[in-house]
Amino acid sequence: MAAQTNTPPLLEVRNLRVEFPTRRGTLLAVDDVSFEIAPGEVLGVVGESGAGKSLTGNAIIGLLEPPGRIAGGEIRLEGRRIDNLPYEEMRKIRGARIGAIFQDPLTSLNPLYSVGRQLVETIQTHMPLSAGKARDRAIDLLKEVGIPGAEMRIDHYPHQFSGGMRQRVVIALALCAGPRLIVADEPTTALDVSIQAQIIALLKRLCREHGTAVMLVTHDMGVIAETADRVAVMYAGRVAEIGPVREVVKHAKHPYTKGLMGSIPSLGVRSEKLTQIDGAMPRLTEIPTGCAFNPRCTFKGQRCLVERPNLMPAGATQAACWLHDAGGVGAPLPKEAVHA
Amino acid sequence: MLAFILRRLLQSIAVLLTVGLVAFSLFRYVGDPINSMVGQDTPASEREALRERLGLNDSPPIQFLRFIGNAAQGKFGLSYRTSEPVGRMIVERMPATLELSFCAAVFALFVGVPMGVYTGLYPKHWSSRLMQAVSLIGISLPTFVIGILLILVFAVWLHWLPSFGRGETVMLFGWWPTNFLTVKGLQALILPSITLGLFQLTLLMRLVRSEMLEVMRTDYIKFARARGLTNRAVNFGHALKNTLVPVITVTGLQLGALIAFAIVTETVFAWPGVGQLFIQSVQFSDIPVMAAYLMLIGLLFVLINLTVDLLYFVVDPRLRSQGGAARVAGH
Amino acid sequence: MTDRPATSPGWLHRITDSDIWWSFKSSSLTVVAAVGTLLIVVIAFLSPVLAPHTPFDPATLSLSDGLKPPVLLSPDGDWAFPLGTDDQGRDILSSIMYGTRLSLVVGFASVVVAMTIGIALGLISGYFGGAIDALIMRIADVQLTFPAILVALLIDGIVRSVISVQRHDEIAVFVIVGAIGLSFWVQYARTVRGSVMVEKNKEYVQAARVIGLSPLLIMVRHVLPNVTGPVLVIATINLGLAIITEATLSFLGVGLPSTEPSLGTLIRLGNDVLQSGDWWITVFPGITLAALVLAVNLLGDWLRDALNPKLR
Repeated sequence: MAAQTNTPPLLEVRNLRVEFPTRRGTLLAVDDVSFEIAPGEVLGVVGESGAGKSLTGNAIIGLLEPPGRIAGGEIRLEGRRIDNLPYEEMRKIRGARIGAIFQDPLTSLNPLYSVGRQLVETIQTHMPLSAGKARDRAIDLLKEVGIPGAEMRIDHYPHQFSGGMRQRVVIALALCAGPRLIVADEPTTALDVSIQAQIIALLKRLCREHGTAVMLVTHDMGVIAETADRVAVMYAGRVAEIGPVREVVKHAKHPYTKGLMGSIPSLGVRSEKLTQIDGAMPRLTEIPTGCAFNPRCTFKGQRCLVERPNLMPAGATQAACWLHDAGGVGAPLPKEAVHA
Repeated sequence: MLAFILRRLLQSIAVLLTVGLVAFSLFRYVGDPINSMVGQDTPASEREALRERLGLNDSPPIQFLRFIGNAAQGKFGLSYRTSEPVGRMIVERMPATLELSFCAAVFALFVGVPMGVYTGLYPKHWSSRLMQAVSLIGISLPTFVIGILLILVFAVWLHWLPSFGRGETVMLFGWWPTNFLTVKGLQALILPSITLGLFQLTLLMRLVRSEMLEVMRTDYIKFARARGLTNRAVNFGHALKNTLVPVITVTGLQLGALIAFAIVTETVFAWPGVGQLFIQSVQFSDIPVMAAYLMLIGLLFVLINLTVDLLYFVVDPRLRSQGGAARVAGH
Repeated sequence: MTDRPATSPGWLHRITDSDIWWSFKSSSLTVVAAVGTLLIVVIAFLSPVLAPHTPFDPATLSLSDGLKPPVLLSPDGDWAFPLGTDDQGRDILSSIMYGTRLSLVVGFASVVVAMTIGIALGLISGYFGGAIDALIMRIADVQLTFPAILVALLIDGIVRSVISVQRHDEIAVFVIVGAIGLSFWVQYARTVRGSVMVEKNKEYVQAARVIGLSPLLIMVRHVLPNVTGPVLVIATINLGLAIITEATLSFLGVGLPSTEPSLGTLIRLGNDVLQSGDWWITVFPGITLAALVLAVNLLGDWLRDALNPKLR
C-alpha cells in the first residue's frame, strides 16, 4: 500500500483485453484487467491454469502468440505506452527494461550454444560493451546467481547444468541488462520441490538488491505468500481480488480467494479443514452471464446470475463480488439451484 | 564419441556385407556366369574345367569371400553385353555422374534451404504460399517429365542449351573428363542439373520450412525474443542452427538418392554416366554390371552416412559430451 | 437389423460432424484435389465407353492420320483427334485415357501389395520379436538405404534374366506391381511393428492369453484399427510415388511394353520424336501424369495434417 501512494507506478495495465479468434468464434481470454506495479514491488498473480495470468504476462512483454492479440486497453511502462509499439521498438525494451523468466529452464536455453554465448549476446544487444567486457559481466552475473566455478562454467552447454542451475542461468539472462521489471511466469513449477524455495529466495534477493520489480505469475499460493508484496487473484480472464498479500491471505474478501487460501497446505499451522472449491473453472467458451464464479459460489444471489461485478473496495483489498456492494447479492436463490 | 563412431563403422561394414551378399547372389545364382563366357557349342567337359578354374565349384562361403575380395580391388568380372571389365566401365563413367550429382546438389542446397527458411519464417506471406504450392507441383512432377519439358523449351524451341550429352569435356589428371572447364561443357550441365536437383530442392525446402516452424514454437526461441535479441539473431543464430541436424541427415540421404536418381536424368539427357550404364544392364540382364553398380551405390551410401554422423558432432554439443547418438533428435 | 435406420444417419452425421470433415471442407484446395482425383479415376475407368478411339487396335489406325497437331492450337488439327495424333495415327486423347487407367491400376495394385507385405511383416516382427524381428528390421534398414526406384529396377532386372523377353512382356504388369510393391513395404512394417510393440504388453492381450484366445488374433483386431490412420496416410502418399515409379520404369523402357502403354510409356514414345517438334505426343500425357500425382499428393498431404495436426 505504501509503495502505491507516493511513487508513480512502474507498470500500469488499464482495462487490458486479450482475445483469440478460433474456429468457434472469438474467445476473450483476458477481460478488462487492470493493475499497477510500483518500482521494486513484487506483484503475485495467481489463478488456475486458463485464468489468463500467463497471457497477461505475455501481453506485457509483447510476445502474445498469434492468433492471440490485444483487443483493448493499454499497458504503460514508466508512463510510456508500450502495448502498441512497433516490433523493433518493443524489442529494445524487452531484455533491457523488462526481463522475462519462463516456466521450464530445461527448454528456455538454446541447447546448441554455451551459456556464456547466450549471456554475451544478450548483454551486447542492449549494452555498448566489448566482447571481453561483456564476458566479464556474464561471469559476474553467473557468480551473482550462485553458480560455483563461474569462470569455467561459462563455457559449458545447457545440458551440462542441472534444472535448478539452469533456472539460475535463466535468471542471470533475465537480469543481464538491468531491467526495471521482471515478468516471471511459473519460474519454479518445473523444478524439484527442494530447489523451488532456493530459486524463489534467489529471485527475491536479487530483485531487492537491484531494485527490480517482479510480476510473479504462479498457481502456487504458497510461493506468493512468501514472496509477494501484493497479490492479484485471477479467475476466468478477470481479476477477482487484488490487495496486499497479508490481507488477501488472511482476510480474503472474494469467495473464490477464500477457497483458494483454504487449499494452501501450510506447514506451520494446521487448519481445521482443507477447504476445496467444488467444480472447475468454466471454459472460456462457456463463461456464464453475471459473475463468472457463480456456478461454484455458495454465497450467490439473483444479482450474481445477471450482473457482472467489477473490482470494488472490500476492506483492505479490492474484490469483484457483490457481497461487498451496498446492493448485496440480491434475492436468495431457491435451494436446489445452489447445488445444481 | 569414439565408441559411437566405432559402432557406426561396424554397422556400415555389416550393411556393406549384406549388399555384397545380395550382389553375390545375383552374380552367382541369377544366370550362369559360365554361359556368358563361352559359346553355345562349348562341350560340357570344357565348361566343367572352366567352372573348376574359376572356383565356381568351391563352397558358397569361400566363393562369397572371393567375390568380396575381388570387389574390394574393383574387379567385378566381364560385362555380359560388351565383354569389357566391369570395373573399368564404371570408372570411365563415374566422373560424368559425380559432376552431374554435385551440380544438382549445389543447386538444391543453395536454392532450397533459403526458400525453406523464408517460408518457415513468414508462413502466411503470399510468396511463401506460392512457393509452397509450387513445391508441391515440383514433388508431383516426375523427374523425367521435368527433363522433357526443359528440353522442349530450352533446346527444341529456344535453341539456347544442348539437349543431350556432356558437350565438350577436358581431361583432368589424364583420366577424369570434366565439364567444368569449357563453356560448352558448362552449358550441357545446366538442364540435367536442374532436372536432377529440382526434386531434392523441393524436398529440402519443405523440410527446412517445417523444421523452422517447429523450432520457432520452442521455448528457447520465445526466450531469445524475450531477451530482446534482434530478429536476425533469433532467426539465423538460434532457429536455423537448430534445424541443421535434420537438414544434414536429409541432405546426406538425398545426396545418395541423387546418384541413384541420376539413372533417370542420364537416360533423358543421354548423359554418359553410370546410371545410363545401369539401365542398359537392366535391359540386357547384364548381371555383373548390376551387381557392381549395387555395390558401388551401397558404398556411397555408407560413406555418406558416416560423414553425416560425424557432422552431428560438429553441430550438437550434447553429442560431443555424451558420446552417444541416443538424443540426436531430442530437444 | 431393426436399428439399421437409426444408425445409418448417425454414422453419416458422425462423419459430417468430425474434425476431419471440417478440415476437409475448410481446405478448398483439398476439395479441388479430391474432385480432380475422382474425375480422373472415373474418366480413366470409363475409357472403353468415353474414348473416341481404341488407339491400340491396329485395325482402326491409319497412317494418314499421323502427327496431327492439337486442334485448338493449329489449323491442321482435326476435331476427330482433339489432342492430336502420334506418328502411327493414334489419337492422343484416347491413348491418355487408356494409359491413365493402366497407371492407376498398377499404382493401386502396388500399394495393396506393399501394404499387405508391410502389415504382415510388421505384425510378425512386432509380435514375435527376437531374431525374426531383428532379421526383418535389418532387411528393412538395408532396403531403406536404397531409393525405391533402384530396388524396383533391380527386381525387374532379375526377373528379366530369369525369364524370356516374350514371356516378360506378357507378365510385365505383374512384374511391375511386384517390383514396386516390394520396394515400398518398409514404412508400413515399421508403423505396424511400433504399434504392436506398444499393444503387446497391455493387459487385454495378457488377459486374452489367459482365457485361451489367440493373442495374435486379439492383436490383429486391436492393433489394425489403431494403425488405420497412419497406414492410410502412408498409402495415399505412396500411391503418388507408386504411380511415378511405374511411369519412370516405363519411361526407362523396363516397365510396361508399348503394346500396352501406360502414361510413362506414352511419354517415352513421344520423347523419341520430341526433337522434331511434335511436342503434343509427350506433353499431354506428361501433364496428365503430373495432374494425377499432384491431386493424389494433395489428398495425402491433407490427410496427414488432418490425422496428425502436430506434424503440420
